[in-house]
Amino acid sequence: MNLTLKIWRQKDSKAKGQMVDYKVTDISEHMSFLEMMDVLNEQLVNSGEEPVAFDHDCREGICGMCSMYINGEAHGPDRGVTTCQLHMRMFNDGDTITIEPFRAAAFPVIKDLVVDRMAFERIQQAGGYISVNTSGNTQDANSIPISKHAADEAMDAATCIGCGACVASCKNSSAMLFVGAKVSQYALLPQGQVEAVDRVKNMVAQMDLEGFGNCTNTGACEVECPKGISLENIARMNREYLSATLKG
Amino acid sequence: MALDSKVPKGSIKDKWTDYKNHIDLVNPANKRHIDVIVVGTGLAGGSAAATLAELGYNVKAFAYQDSPRRAHSIAAQGGINAAKNYQGDGDSTYRLFYDTVKGGDYRSREANVYRLAEVSANIIDQCVAQGVPFARDYGGLLDNRSFGGVLVSRTFYAKGQTGQQLLLGAYSAMNRQIARGKIEMFNRHEMLDVVIVDGKARGIIARNLITGEIERHSAHAVVVGSGGYGNVYFLSTNAMGSNATAAWKIHKKGAYFANPCYTQIHPTCIPRSGDYQSKLTLMSESLRNDGRIWVPKNMEDVMAIREGRKKPTDLSEDERDYYLERRYPAFGNLVPRDVASRAAKERCDAGYGVNATGEAVYLDFASAFERYGREQAKIHNITNPSDEKIYELGQAIVEAKYGNLFQMYEKIIDQNPYKTPMMIYPAVHYTMGGVWVDYNLMTTIPGCYCIGEANFSDHGANRLGASALMQGLADGYFVLPYTIGDYLSDDIRTGKIPTDTKEFDEAEKEVSDRINFFVNNKGTKSVDYFHKKLGKVMWDKAGMSRNAEGLIEAMAEIKAIREEFWKEVSVPGTADEMNPELEKAGRVADFLELGELFAKDALMRKESCGGHFREESAELDGPQKGEAKRNDEDFAFVAAWEYKGEPADAVLHKEELEFKDIELKQRSYK
Repeated sequence: MNLTLKIWRQKDSKAKGQMVDYKVTDISEHMSFLEMMDVLNEQLVNSGEEPVAFDHDCREGICGMCSMYINGEAHGPDRGVTTCQLHMRMFNDGDTITIEPFRAAAFPVIKDLVVDRMAFERIQQAGGYISVNTSGNTQDANSIPISKHAADEAMDAATCIGCGACVASCKNSSAMLFVGAKVSQYALLPQGQVEAVDRVKNMVAQMDLEGFGNCTNTGACEVECPKGISLENIARMNREYLSATLKG
Repeated sequence: MALDSKVPKGSIKDKWTDYKNHIDLVNPANKRHIDVIVVGTGLAGGSAAATLAELGYNVKAFAYQDSPRRAHSIAAQGGINAAKNYQGDGDSTYRLFYDTVKGGDYRSREANVYRLAEVSANIIDQCVAQGVPFARDYGGLLDNRSFGGVLVSRTFYAKGQTGQQLLLGAYSAMNRQIARGKIEMFNRHEMLDVVIVDGKARGIIARNLITGEIERHSAHAVVVGSGGYGNVYFLSTNAMGSNATAAWKIHKKGAYFANPCYTQIHPTCIPRSGDYQSKLTLMSESLRNDGRIWVPKNMEDVMAIREGRKKPTDLSEDERDYYLERRYPAFGNLVPRDVASRAAKERCDAGYGVNATGEAVYLDFASAFERYGREQAKIHNITNPSDEKIYELGQAIVEAKYGNLFQMYEKIIDQNPYKTPMMIYPAVHYTMGGVWVDYNLMTTIPGCYCIGEANFSDHGANRLGASALMQGLADGYFVLPYTIGDYLSDDIRTGKIPTDTKEFDEAEKEVSDRINFFVNNKGTKSVDYFHKKLGKVMWDKAGMSRNAEGLIEAMAEIKAIREEFWKEVSVPGTADEMNPELEKAGRVADFLELGELFAKDALMRKESCGGHFREESAELDGPQKGEAKRNDEDFAFVAAWEYKGEPADAVLHKEELEFKDIELKQRSYK
């Protein structure tokens, strides 16, 4: 298929960006979206132009590095996938595809489609861990039985890949699905209880400091999340936060 | 220099304990004055950085990704081995040690492997304490599954995302130390050289990938945990950015590179579909617990399937060739990876491949659906269940176990693997070879360590499934923190290493010169053009099976590609900005050297062992006819290569392997 691409080009964080049109031809429907971008970049390099910078790494939907806002949706039109798993069979010959970076005040653009997601790092550094040293002298792994249900739910929360699609999809640029997932993983496990009060308070405080917006329950984040992280995690975080505040 | 593995004396069971009891320690007050650089933040680098910081050292950690959590360990799917014997099925430290040495085709160092097996149980305890949500059974205890090449269930897992969960565990431990200021984290930074002062590794030169700035970082020791070199094949299951640059730079500065030809071609990957393909996707080996591998028995059926006249589900049991079950009745679909890969290649080479390219076999879950379905019907007291009901119940169980893998497959291939068997084919996945290290995980450069996939030590010529995660975390959490202390105890009075010295000047100049060359070269061909060309030579001539003629050609061809690369490569953009093409150019330049050494090593090793199959060395008759033939008399050694300029001039050093605790045997899975 032949496509027209409208892509956000921005030299660096300080430069003013703009949308630029490109054409690609003979795109196979079996290609992934990023392989289509590779074709474009190869074309640009061969004509001596600078290729489009975009984040990507594992190309199997797990590292969370790829982003892109495609035709107005984080990770594009398919559900339950990251941009690297999006395939061109979702598009038609002759389509015009608009490709922008994730947009949020807390995710400044570094170059073209690459954004800075360090805010997520700082939120996790604020409390996204259990304070246990890696001495190997902990108790036997089976000494605390954990119900399968709790373990599975914690796992569901822990599958978050930290890509930032939730923030990009939210009209308020809220990070509550991301933070909710992180808080939930530990809140659901007995190992996480000791520091539960401080964890949720510190992570929420950092989230606010980073300039993420609030949640107004539209659920766009859940729809666009490539890993199907549920809104329940936001509810759980709110519950944890309320109870932490009451405990002082 | 003679190679000294520094394996402690004493019985294999006591070596590590005795070692730990007698090494020099650094007291907590002195650790504050010692800096350590860790390059790479996957399971090995991440766990090492966290642990060293907890101990009190000042750690500087480097990742080319925008977060340590994105290192490619995150993509490991199936699980992590540990000799816990929770299933009571006869597992023990010795058995894990034995399976790993045998699985590695007797080409690994016994003492290292025993230590790995010994600390494996601690890893699970540690990870659970950190909040890693491993799969559990209904009683609330940890669940296990089985992997290839073993007869027990010792693999712990978190759905099909075990690597992700373990890496997030190590990352959380890192975050705790970053928050305390004990780890200084350098995201989007790439190490481009090591700096050696008075014979010791004392720092690195790194490039800030956002600004292009070249930075000097000093430390008392440098730890490289930068992963494997599978991307030398261009197409592999590695991430796009996975590269050998850090490992190759230390090699060029004096670290020997061991067994580069030992590559793991993983049997269950999604087949390639076209020239545009940028990477290959793994389907976890855990699927072989429940999936059966087959091709049609008759050539007419193969053609009918390729032409779309028949569907795989149309073929009766009699018309299918479950070739692994046929050839290896004892291990069946759970033979080790090298064996399974070669068997798939054998069938496809004979013309039985089931897709248009002729390079695919089926992985079929129909019998698992039925088996689990019947079991569930019994559990739920459903009498006389219909076939549909059985299928539905069975599908739910399979979905709970491997749901994310089935989804991933469907998104890529656009076929529903619950309705039709998956198509799979082997792909490059892991490299057992790597930087040579001694028992302390130190390279031949004093003060320079190498851990995880980047080193060579534990998997011999073939790695068993679920052992990479085990080794990465064992090295980082439990081994390196001891061994590095013994070395650093001499540095308590050294003081901060200055970076305004001639050694740093020279290393920085070398790095800058190369970068300037790339951006000013204005050649005619893209970096990927050369990378793909190299990959094709590697796959065709140093892939799943190799012979002397092909390897000699490969060496010459790679050299020619390298020469053309340095003339014709084109890198748009400048050096002082984010420039992904420039990053790739540096990495491919290193692969173009490594690839030639790889072929040279494969040529030297005139035996078949593990992932290295030399066509000239196969069993000619008897029950093992066609199987790989090892040659212990001439090749029971580690090949450690010393850099001498051109890869073809590398000098071979041998570390003879001694097997005192395990008898060397033909590896049979029949």
